[in-house]
Amino acid sequence: MSEAQTFIKPTKLTIDGVEIVVEAGTSVLQAAEQAGKEIPRFCFHDRLSVAANCRMCLVEVEKAPKPVASCAFPVGEGMVVKTDSPLVRKARRGVMEFLLINHPLDCPICDQGGECDLQDQAMAYGADHTRYHENKRTVRDKDLGPLVKTNMTRCIQCSRCIRFSTEIAGVPELGGTSRGEMMEITTYVEKALTSELSGNLVDICPVGALTSKPYAYHARPWELKKTDSIDVLDAVGTNIRVDARGPQVMRVLPRLNEDINEEWMADKSRHSIDGLMRRRLDKPWLRLAGKLQPATWPEAFQAIATRLAGVPGGRIGALAGDLADAESMLALKDLMAALGSENIDCRQGGARFNTSRRDYYLFNTTIAGIEQADAILLIGTNPRHEAPILNARIRKRWLMNRLPVGVIGSATDLTYPSTILGDGAAALDGLADGSHDFAKVLAKAERPMIVIGEAALAGADGAALLAAAWSLAGKVGGLGADWHGFNVLHRAAARVGALDLGFLPGEGGQDWQGMVRGGVDLLWLLGADEFDAAQISPETFVIYQGHHGDRGAARADVVLPGAAYTEKSGTYVNMEGRVQRTALAVFPPGEAKEDWRILRAFSAVIGKTLPYDTLEALRTRLVEVNPVFGTIGSFRRMATGDAGGPTAPAAGGMRTEHFAPAITDYYQTDPISRASPTMRVCTETYSAPLMQAAE
Amino acid sequence: MSETSIAAAAEPTSFAFDPLSDEQIAIILKRYPPGRQASAVIPVLYVVQKQMGRLTGSAWVPRVAMDAVAALLEMPPIRVYEVATFYLMFNTKPIGRFHLQVCTTTPCWLRGSDDVVAACKRATGIQHMGETSVDGLFTMTEVECLGACVNAPMMQINDDYYEDLDGPRTEALLAAFRRGETPPIGSTIGREGSMSVGGPTTLTDEAALWNPEHYAAERRARAEAEAAAAAAAAAPPPAAPPPAGE
Repeated sequence: MSEAQTFIKPTKLTIDGVEIVVEAGTSVLQAAEQAGKEIPRFCFHDRLSVAANCRMCLVEVEKAPKPVASCAFPVGEGMVVKTDSPLVRKARRGVMEFLLINHPLDCPICDQGGECDLQDQAMAYGADHTRYHENKRTVRDKDLGPLVKTNMTRCIQCSRCIRFSTEIAGVPELGGTSRGEMMEITTYVEKALTSELSGNLVDICPVGALTSKPYAYHARPWELKKTDSIDVLDAVGTNIRVDARGPQVMRVLPRLNEDINEEWMADKSRHSIDGLMRRRLDKPWLRLAGKLQPATWPEAFQAIATRLAGVPGGRIGALAGDLADAESMLALKDLMAALGSENIDCRQGGARFNTSRRDYYLFNTTIAGIEQADAILLIGTNPRHEAPILNARIRKRWLMNRLPVGVIGSATDLTYPSTILGDGAAALDGLADGSHDFAKVLAKAERPMIVIGEAALAGADGAALLAAAWSLAGKVGGLGADWHGFNVLHRAAARVGALDLGFLPGEGGQDWQGMVRGGVDLLWLLGADEFDAAQISPETFVIYQGHHGDRGAARADVVLPGAAYTEKSGTYVNMEGRVQRTALAVFPPGEAKEDWRILRAFSAVIGKTLPYDTLEALRTRLVEVNPVFGTIGSFRRMATGDAGGPTAPAAGGMRTEHFAPAITDYYQTDPISRASPTMRVCTETYSAPLMQAAE
Repeated sequence: MSETSIAAAAEPTSFAFDPLSDEQIAIILKRYPPGRQASAVIPVLYVVQKQMGRLTGSAWVPRVAMDAVAALLEMPPIRVYEVATFYLMFNTKPIGRFHLQVCTTTPCWLRGSDDVVAACKRATGIQHMGETSVDGLFTMTEVECLGACVNAPMMQINDDYYEDLDGPRTEALLAAFRRGETPPIGSTIGREGSMSVGGPTTLTDEAALWNPEHYAAERRARAEAEAAAAAAAAAPPPAAPPPAGE
């Protein structure tokens, strides 16, 4: 705690003989933590409401007749607290004995073993033998879906999972039924938990009652090599820890970052990792007589070089996919420039971004900034599926101030109440001229947020919609000096990085549709799997560079095996414009290589050697191209400064049809999640019934 | 017994409040301020249970009815499930027409609740607590103290207390129910309220009860005696206390 810290209402108390000043209303537990005292707990969690039902955090407070639960006991002026007195230890030992009465002794076969709060705290407060000789209770296991495995006999009924699903995830489906000895944590009706955040239940469960189903019996925590990294399966940039054993990523866990994901993680990001071991490209392939045959790197490079010979630059093109890192995109861009081609693109979703200014394509309010908003308009985006973590932040804000949320798009349950203003561009007109009721809501708000998604930006009128959204943000006071309320919600981790690099058609260059429809003779796909590769003109020679045998590789004439995000150090820019880096947790399989190295090696084969031999040199070049890439670890929110908006195209009205959802199946959106058996089961469980219902 | 899987076979596929229930619910909801209607969950669940008893002869709360309550009170269904399963007064499984809730807590047990239980088993053919008789008329459950210990042993049948039971009287009681009669509620030995069995033993003087002057003389005499005692206490104490140990 810094000396300069100021309090609204300071309260002084003594904890274990040390005087400390904290804010009034702080709980004794939190005050003790600030004083550096560790208090054991099961039910208390920083981000959940206080239940005070496990009783493990008992402390002694002078003048209180008996030990108090410190998590629910507010500090008082002059309070004298003892956190480690003989009385406290005795009380906690008593609590622990009761908790262990019905807890099975199955730690050797429990997946929580080694990272279990109960196990750890039993080391400090557990007795060496039991005094309980009656029958232990057993509880029937529940089916919470394909991601969360239950072992309810181990449950100590801390109710964290109930509070998480109700408060954070916004799906009040878990509860405690019956009472006393019969009490169970259950959904009552057998059903899978309908949340994109259900994997977090496993993290918050302090015992082995809720464990990861796909990870069951796979590894022990002490066998795993832990690497801090970044998730790339959506554009949030969730901070993760990759746990690997040998060549295999065993699991991925969220890492604390208050500005982005707090300590949560979306299910797709957490559980797609079994896709990293399947359908991998581990050696180069060459199409010979219509069939892909294994090849060596020199053969593959030679085949491309042969085909490339004599093709003019204007007939060469490159597309960067949703998972591409900035380094490889820059290398590809430089290679295309060396070949004299302006045909590069990254917008396979079809979104019409405006890259003339950086805040025209960023989520400028920032994810943490959502907590200051007082009205939100979502245009053509379903954040629950496109960025579940961001959606959880909106819900968090809604819990704080019940802010009004308007939606232009199809009706969905966003986990907080929202008002449907229309399902197409027309609804924006009513807001722009102030005639719609929600326009008044936005105008009254001090910090309104306008969020436009890919579903709106994709289409001929995308640029017009972007301009309309910006001008609406300005009109309702969303573009002030200290508040930037204009936001573009991206889906792909690579997108903002690509836009920052200018991975877009140059002067006279063709966009992705032009290239795909036969505009080029030679097309280089850098992990571009977002579109149906069958659309590519049959005459086009396709090079697929990537890590999965997905749509692009199936169509390719040459396949160059690359590295997935867990196998390389790559730079990604999240939708806020925050630059972050993944780290190598495991090595790429077989002969697969880091993507920038592949491009660098190929450039040498054709005699147009790219001017960087090391990753450091490439990153120096990255900063040259856009200084933003040098700002790792020092993110600053965009100030508006100039409210001048993106220009709307002169001609062309808005489309009349409604916005199609950008994602129809949250669980399978990219090559990794499409290769994941876990995600396939999730699709069958969650998305398939919804898609059937929609038909 | 797990509450997770409720008797699927008996579970109705739909539930709707009947006009009488609607009427009762309207009155109940008026007791709570707007936005706080979830507080009405317990009384509304009672309305459901009553309606089921009225319409099907089995007063229980099926899951579809809990869903209907949740929709009515605008709360997540799980919150209703939690309440309905927490309170044993709500039956989450079908029960017999007559719900025999036999108290076996200490006072009733000391006064012979074992005989009552045995009589219930004999009269209904039920083997264990929680079961329903083959004819579907009776369900027997064991309950904790219902607060009628003065007239122990007792049991509650549906909503009414039957007290001062013993084996034969219990059997007679159940036989009456079986015949379709409704025996008078309360003591089965004709005791009035919780008065002594042989009639009142105190406050027997009717005249004194209603005459405010009756005890005035007694009160005056007591006040005088107290004043005299106080005067004695103010006088000098005795010369020496008695030696310790005597």
